[in-house]
Amino acid sequence: MKKICLTVVGLYFSVLSAFSQYNVDTSSYKNQKLKLDEVNLVSGYFNQNGNHSAVTGGIGTEQLSDVSNVIELKFVKQNELNNKYTWDFEVGFDHHTAASQAFINTSGASRPYGNRFYPSLNWQVEKANGVSFGLGTSISSEVNYHSLGLDFSVGKTSKNKNTDINFKGQAYLDKVVLIEPAEFVPKPIENSPSTYTTASGNVISFGDGEHSKVHIPRTPRNTFAGTLTLSQIVNKNFQVALIAEGVAQNGYLGLPFHRVYFTDGSEKIENLPTTRFKLPLGIRMNYFLGDKIIFRSYYRYYKDDWGIKAHTASLEIPYKVSPFVSVSPFYRYYVQTASPYFAPYAQHALTDTYYTSNYNLSAFTSQFYGINVRITPEKGVFNIPFFNMVDLRYGHYTQTTGLQANNIGINLRFK
Amino acid sequence: MKNKIILITAIGLISLGLTTGCADVKEYQKNKINDAEMQLNARKVEKTELNFQSYREGASGANGGKVGGGCGCN
Repeated sequence: MKKICLTVVGLYFSVLSAFSQYNVDTSSYKNQKLKLDEVNLVSGYFNQNGNHSAVTGGIGTEQLSDVSNVIELKFVKQNELNNKYTWDFEVGFDHHTAASQAFINTSGASRPYGNRFYPSLNWQVEKANGVSFGLGTSISSEVNYHSLGLDFSVGKTSKNKNTDINFKGQAYLDKVVLIEPAEFVPKPIENSPSTYTTASGNVISFGDGEHSKVHIPRTPRNTFAGTLTLSQIVNKNFQVALIAEGVAQNGYLGLPFHRVYFTDGSEKIENLPTTRFKLPLGIRMNYFLGDKIIFRSYYRYYKDDWGIKAHTASLEIPYKVSPFVSVSPFYRYYVQTASPYFAPYAQHALTDTYYTSNYNLSAFTSQFYGINVRITPEKGVFNIPFFNMVDLRYGHYTQTTGLQANNIGINLRFK
Repeated sequence: MKNKIILITAIGLISLGLTTGCADVKEYQKNKINDAEMQLNARKVEKTELNFQSYREGASGANGGKVGGGCGCN
């Protein structure tokens, strides 16, 4: 009897312990807290000079310098289903000085500098089954231009993670502040409430009483873009990405302080169509040769309905001096045809419906070449933990229009 | 029209070739593919040069840079 009881008790406890193996240990499934995963500081200095400023009708100095600074904070979280959530917050601030900007007033007394502030926030989820989804918003503000950007993206990675397809939709709902050359702005009449119609057809209203003010109107410019990207690992050393983008714009697509001079000596503000469709198609191909050399290549074909066709080709060859240091010389070639709306200084006919002397829309070729140095020491830059990488880049740019520029950029990464 | 058909056909053939004629590379074989210099996008440090190129040239897009909105450029 005792043996039976002991056996039954023993069986009872063994069954209990067997079921206890199916009590799932949940400690490993705790949601990870949102954590700061990476910080990037990106700064750049750009300067240019040339002799075809659009502010002065296609002639005059294009001297300009720009300092830009962006800080990016990336937060990451993973849940019990192995879904990865990323929050990406960026704030950028640019300061530029432009000699031509001073000549918005013919006396050269306009303010020759400006600032731009541009924060953005992006959220993305990457699910364990390879599906990803993202949303984003951005703002950009400068004295003559205000932008609100919205975007979404969806993507799918194959099971073997060799193929990735992604679609991104973007919308920019912008406002152009109609700051016109001074000779086109009517002078306010003291103590007299009134409205005037400007040369570009905008109505300016003045305040009443003793304190007349000029209210500069704003007009919309909208941009809608869809981007499809297909990335494919071809073999252990080679991978490719195809990028197709369609961009549709409507609204005020010129700039209100760009002058155009005509064959009879008269002068107007540039006038461009209120719609534009762009189609850029790009391909990136990266190949790892041996153990030390990589070829990073890019080609883009571009066409739009303003008559511009362009080809871009670039090649960068990183050489791994060591596992932690790479040096990359690069070269970029660009060629474009002219838009039929473009003509140089004083060559537009009064019968032209659309007219601009902005050399960005002329026919030219350009070259951009320089060097990139990337340092990623194992123990951190200057042995500082978390100071993960320094990426330094310099390039010299020339156009057949005579424009020349230099650009230097630096990226500090903390991880 | 003929050029458009040729271009679309070429893109389609390249896409088909890439997705069907490629090796099945395992995760443990991706040490070179995963190298930072092999990324299939522009470096973050290229941000300012992508901006000035879109400001100073007629073409833009398909490179991770501006597509035309968000700035006072054409």
